[in-house]
Amino acid sequence: MQRVPVLKLGDILIVSIQIDLEDQSVLALQEDLADRVVATGARGVIIDITAVEIVDSFIGRMLATIATMCRMLDAQTVVVGMRPAVAITLVELGLSLGGVRTALNLEKGVALLDHVRGADR
Amino acid sequence: MTVQADAARRRIEDLLRQHEEQILARWVQIAKAPSGELLDIYRALRSALDQGKGDLADVRGLLAELSRTRARAGHAPADTARAVFGLKEALYEVVEADGEAEALRGFIWFSRLIDDLGLLTFEIFSDAREKIILDQAEQLLELSTPVVKLWEGIVAVPLIGTLDSARTQVVMEKLLQTLVDTGAEHAVIDITGVPAVDTQVAQHLLKTVVAARLMGAECVISGIRPQIAHTIVTLGIEFGDIVTKASLADALAHAFRRSGVQVIRSHNARIAVRAEDA
Repeated sequence: MQRVPVLKLGDILIVSIQIDLEDQSVLALQEDLADRVVATGARGVIIDITAVEIVDSFIGRMLATIATMCRMLDAQTVVVGMRPAVAITLVELGLSLGGVRTALNLEKGVALLDHVRGADR
Repeated sequence: MTVQADAARRRIEDLLRQHEEQILARWVQIAKAPSGELLDIYRALRSALDQGKGDLADVRGLLAELSRTRARAGHAPADTARAVFGLKEALYEVVEADGEAEALRGFIWFSRLIDDLGLLTFEIFSDAREKIILDQAEQLLELSTPVVKLWEGIVAVPLIGTLDSARTQVVMEKLLQTLVDTGAEHAVIDITGVPAVDTQVAQHLLKTVVAARLMGAECVISGIRPQIAHTIVTLGIEFGDIVTKASLADALAHAFRRSGVQVIRSHNARIAVRAEDA
């Protein structure tokens, strides 16, 4: 099973998904991420899905679960780099990822997190 | 095929061979068509019958060509069919002169054959028309969905005409792709040119907005005319937290505000004053 690396940049954790996600790696990612958020005290999590071409309802739910989980640990989640085809698929599946923030690319995701934290302070 | 029917059929083939000149001349007269085309068809028909088991592929090919050229020249499909049916009349005169029961029996068989060929020209005509309509619909789809850039980071989709699933799909894909290409964070969907909004159209719009949101862009729907606002409320459609504006200008102002752009009127702007007032 391939594991998805979790990178730390300042107080932001970056997860860049570059592999075809299996159910097992998704579950492992959720655990890893929760551990790292607690260990590093991160305030923001960015999930980069630029390389993801195919999604199903399981992955859609994974994004929502991670967002909820991180919010409980006081970290904001931003999903960045979603492809048009992926967005259309998720909409057709009826998943609108209610509580998840989104941005067009990693740069804008970081800017969004800065903006949100600036507003909190 | 019974022996009797076979004989009747052979009798007709004989008549077609023996009186070729006469039948053809009469047919040209009835059909009011150039004799060259009809001669080709007649020859093809006869050789098909001579070969036995009625392989009409050649005749069908010629008829298809005839139907297509006549359709392009602006003839009604009924005219083409009538020209083909004219062969029955031309042959009947020969059959009548012949006067044998066998020839009459054969004429029924021949008449059914010609009916089929006449209907074939009709089918080909409608196929050709169908193709034209499909091509045009495709062209319309390509024409009618531009995505325009209003400002750095703001794009607009002016929708014109009725929205159906296929068009919404194209609009959605084009808009989302533009968001990726330009990195725009604000999109305006302008429905001034959409004549009517029903639950289905609203559903399509909502899907587009949600998809854009998933990618990290904000969508504003603008150009909602009073009647359309009325319809939407009467139908009980919920746009939820989606921003809607009455005009494209309002939507642009909203996008400016969200992206922190300020438009300030310059003090030394030239004011248009007519010479006699100055």
